[in-house]
Amino acid sequence: MTLVEKGAAERSGSAGTGFDHWESACTNPCSGVTPEEIAEAYVNEQDWYSNGIAHYIECREGYDRLLDLEAFGGKIRDTEDEFLGAEFRDEQSKLMFAYDYKNKFTIRVWGSTFKPALVKELKRLGVRILNRTEATGLLVSKKEKRGVGAMGMNVHTGKFYIFRAKATVLAMSRPARVWLFDSDLTGLCEFRPMQSIGSGHAMGWRAGMEFTMMEKSVRAEFSAAGRSFPPYGAGNNHNTWYAATMVDARGVEIPYVNRDGEELKTVSERYYPAPGQKFFLKGGVIDNPKYEYRGPETLDFEELVKRGYQLPFYADLSRMPEAERRVIWGMMVGEEAKTKIPIYQNYTERGFDPEKHMLQSYGTGWQSANFLEQERQFFGAPGGIMHDWDLKTNIDGIYAAGDQLYASDCAGFACATGYYAGRKASDYAKTAEPGEISREDVEAEKERLYAPLFVEKEEGIGWKELNKAISKAMQNYCGGVKCEALLKEGLDLLKSFEEDIVPKLTASNPHELMRTHEVLDILTVAEIVLHASLARKSSSEPLFFRRSDFPEMDPPKDRKHIVIHQEDGVVMTRDVPLDFFGELKTEYEKRNQDYIHELENMKGGRQP
Amino acid sequence: MRKVEFTVEPVPCSTMPLKYDDSLCIGCNRCASVCQCDILLPFGKRGEHPIVMYPGECYYCGACVMVCPNPGAITLQHPLMNRAKFVPVKK
Repeated sequence: MTLVEKGAAERSGSAGTGFDHWESACTNPCSGVTPEEIAEAYVNEQDWYSNGIAHYIECREGYDRLLDLEAFGGKIRDTEDEFLGAEFRDEQSKLMFAYDYKNKFTIRVWGSTFKPALVKELKRLGVRILNRTEATGLLVSKKEKRGVGAMGMNVHTGKFYIFRAKATVLAMSRPARVWLFDSDLTGLCEFRPMQSIGSGHAMGWRAGMEFTMMEKSVRAEFSAAGRSFPPYGAGNNHNTWYAATMVDARGVEIPYVNRDGEELKTVSERYYPAPGQKFFLKGGVIDNPKYEYRGPETLDFEELVKRGYQLPFYADLSRMPEAERRVIWGMMVGEEAKTKIPIYQNYTERGFDPEKHMLQSYGTGWQSANFLEQERQFFGAPGGIMHDWDLKTNIDGIYAAGDQLYASDCAGFACATGYYAGRKASDYAKTAEPGEISREDVEAEKERLYAPLFVEKEEGIGWKELNKAISKAMQNYCGGVKCEALLKEGLDLLKSFEEDIVPKLTASNPHELMRTHEVLDILTVAEIVLHASLARKSSSEPLFFRRSDFPEMDPPKDRKHIVIHQEDGVVMTRDVPLDFFGELKTEYEKRNQDYIHELENMKGGRQP
Repeated sequence: MRKVEFTVEPVPCSTMPLKYDDSLCIGCNRCASVCQCDILLPFGKRGEHPIVMYPGECYYCGACVMVCPNPGAITLQHPLMNRAKFVPVKK
């Protein structure tokens, strides 16, 4: 097995330096919910434009992956008894829970320990890890339409690689920098790291892979274009900071209410479902949930203004019980994504003390910046690769996981689907024969890859200029309001970039070549989005998709996946029902008896 | 395939995300090895810190500081515009 990693596996990915909570751990020993309840809730919450298969895998197997990470050396329990007696801690298992303290299906974890532990385990297992190696293209046998490997390049030396593989798993995150680009602080353009820009989507498209929901994008929300404050580094009460006490400019506390609008009197009540409610949803993709799944929340901004509350707001942890304060500042902020050094250490060195200070909010919500309608992002649960119950793409032998899947979400989702896709790919590889690699395809890829190195810098165009032009084109032609003429104008402009600008792209070294190819992948992703937007001839609320020429919202005839792919440059679509995955438990169990038996045999073999 | 000579020079931006303390840095280059955005280039001289070649591409994740064996040798600093304000609590 070979792992091809463009960055450095030890800390790569948006969860490489940490993550603070593991969602949908429905099979943990304290859980009050079933995998079916939570997976179905996500499907309903997202109006069925949701990945039922992947969510169910996350709900059913996610906790098993957390135990794996613990076995590798990651920390998932309060083994030092730092939070002994806290309301969110289970005294027997020492697991700690977030959000819904009654149903206990979101686990607070020390995610900064995970990635190094995982890499150590990969090495122990003898997995070949190729760091600083950019996967650039898939190898597909045209005769059988089967994946036979991939190609890549070392981003330090420029060395070309051909990977002959019986099975391939794509795990290259979701696209970014399609609408948003800051040529000065490129690393701050989006939430995910520089290298996560949708290369897997682009190479999949070139190979004929199917995608769905690529017409979905949202008005930029979080950590975008350098305008937001550092993620989880401004006062707020969402996600990592839930359920922080918020106050207004005068220091007056902002009330929390349950889904029925009843004001909550204590901090503890913020962590329990409303009377008559089984459970509530919080976390990564849950923004403004339906009544059925809505948890405690501070009053709406409009209502606060009516009642005289004054901006700016602040998060004031000093008013919370000691354990709640300490678990937000020091554990959650300290373990989530980019918070250990950039927020926890940095702010502490600046003198921040959660008992003595309150942290300012910016704007009116948790995003910490306000964006225009045309400044868009793949955030929440965006489009991606269409797949079957094996997480296999429409190309035999090629699987996908994590943020490459459509309607994906969060690190636990990525871990659960990554393992599952690997399991299915491994089963496939046991029976498949190695395929023939086309010398012609390899030579064409080499030519494509290295071309910018041979364009003189003085006569060429750099990657930033093209990225900026693509993002402006997408804001102009595929912004908040779309129509056929605009979308076609957009495609024409992108085509002119391909024909006139791409041959002029220049790079002086492999690092710049990597960045150049990232922008070429962004160009491909932008084209997929335009084609997908043309294919949906109505507007849709759950897809945040508005066509001025087809204003009708979600007509029944269009409540479906419009699956899109290209063959020899011709774009094709097919319709797939939103419930194509069937009854989740039944369909899962049909295909995973081996895993179910394996788990049964392990029972007693490790700590629950 | 034709041969090509690679060239590289620092690409400045409006901020400096990382600062090295020469008296603490031992030049082990672990920070350069772990940086997922690949913004650091080992200097080539034994004992000296890497060059921040592409500061604008910094993702501000702090992996370089986390892996550094000598606390204080690297400091991550947010762009001025991104330094959130905190004030004493009001009771």
